[in-house]
Amino acid sequence: MLDLRLYMLQRITALIMAPLTLGHIAVMIYAVQGGLSAEEILGRTQGSLFWFLFYGSFVVAVSLHASIGLRVILHETMGLAGRTLSAATLGVAAGLLFMGVQALIAVTWPVSAI
Amino acid sequence: MLASIPVRLWEHAAGWEAGLTQDTTVLEVSVWRGTALDGAYELFEVPAHENQTILDVVSWIQQYADASLTYRFACRVGMCGSCAMMVNDQPRWTCRTHVKKVLKDRRVRIGPLRNLPVIKDLAVDMDRFFDKWVAAGGAHVPSAGRGDPIPAVDPEESARVKASAGIECINCSICYAACDTVAGNPDYLGPAALQRAWTLLNDAKHDARAQILDAVSGTGGCHNCHSMGSCTVFCPNDLDPMSAIAGLKRETARGFFRRRGG
Repeated sequence: MLDLRLYMLQRITALIMAPLTLGHIAVMIYAVQGGLSAEEILGRTQGSLFWFLFYGSFVVAVSLHASIGLRVILHETMGLAGRTLSAATLGVAAGLLFMGVQALIAVTWPVSAI
Repeated sequence: MLASIPVRLWEHAAGWEAGLTQDTTVLEVSVWRGTALDGAYELFEVPAHENQTILDVVSWIQQYADASLTYRFACRVGMCGSCAMMVNDQPRWTCRTHVKKVLKDRRVRIGPLRNLPVIKDLAVDMDRFFDKWVAAGGAHVPSAGRGDPIPAVDPEESARVKASAGIECINCSICYAACDTVAGNPDYLGPAALQRAWTLLNDAKHDARAQILDAVSGTGGCHNCHSMGSCTVFCPNDLDPMSAIAGLKRETARGFFRRRGG
């Protein structure tokens, strides 16, 4: 159900997420304490390659990490297996990726391109 | 239903000699009868003794109350690993489990081991347990022949210390019965098989060590372990399968990067 490949993928994505989570929290605290408005924040993130890569890698890592974790739960508690389990895993990953990319575009895509 | 019990005189006499009152001389023992699909707990009244193991209780029922009761035992001294059962819903080696340790208000419940198919009553089919033991690469492959000189083994050497940590496993399947991951994922190899794999991986006299990492990296392999630790808690020989599995995870992860790095 969880072979070495999926195990490593989940661990590596966890390693990627750890510093990104800390960075995200740090930015949130900075933004709130500085009294930045939504427009001011978006003015800095939209069109920024750095924030696109920061949150883009976050979205990809979350989609892979969470779908593998849910795969384990679906198998062990609900008995899903085989193709059904693979379809559920891919479905969760695709759903998270879709929602994450939507947010990513809204926050980091250049305004003129939207 | 209370079974009729032909209690022999000497059984009572032993109770009186121990200074026990009438109320405390009888244990109320619920024993699983039937298979996993069709069965129920049956109540037996068993004479209590000062020194008495769960296996003694089961043997008394089989000898004096119901000869059709099916169970498995051999050595009676904690070496063969064949008498494990669920006692008050916890896996235990019954020959070394004193009744007083598990008794709750004169009552005790004895069932077949969890996570294995029940053949009848308290006897489970161990095939799956041992098949997984072999699937994890647990069969010894000698690295030297009969004519070769015997290589020296340093008991203090790091790998040997790791191998020695698991060699007292008696394959009683208590860890397998205690494992919630096995309960949820029937393909999971389980703690005993993986601990055996870790032991052989660290054994210089084993000639198939390279194959072990592949054997434990499949869909039912060591990576399914959630490190809940029931195996280590319930192991009657105080072994630590959870740490052995953690060792396999570390080695397979290193192997993963080594293979990709060439």
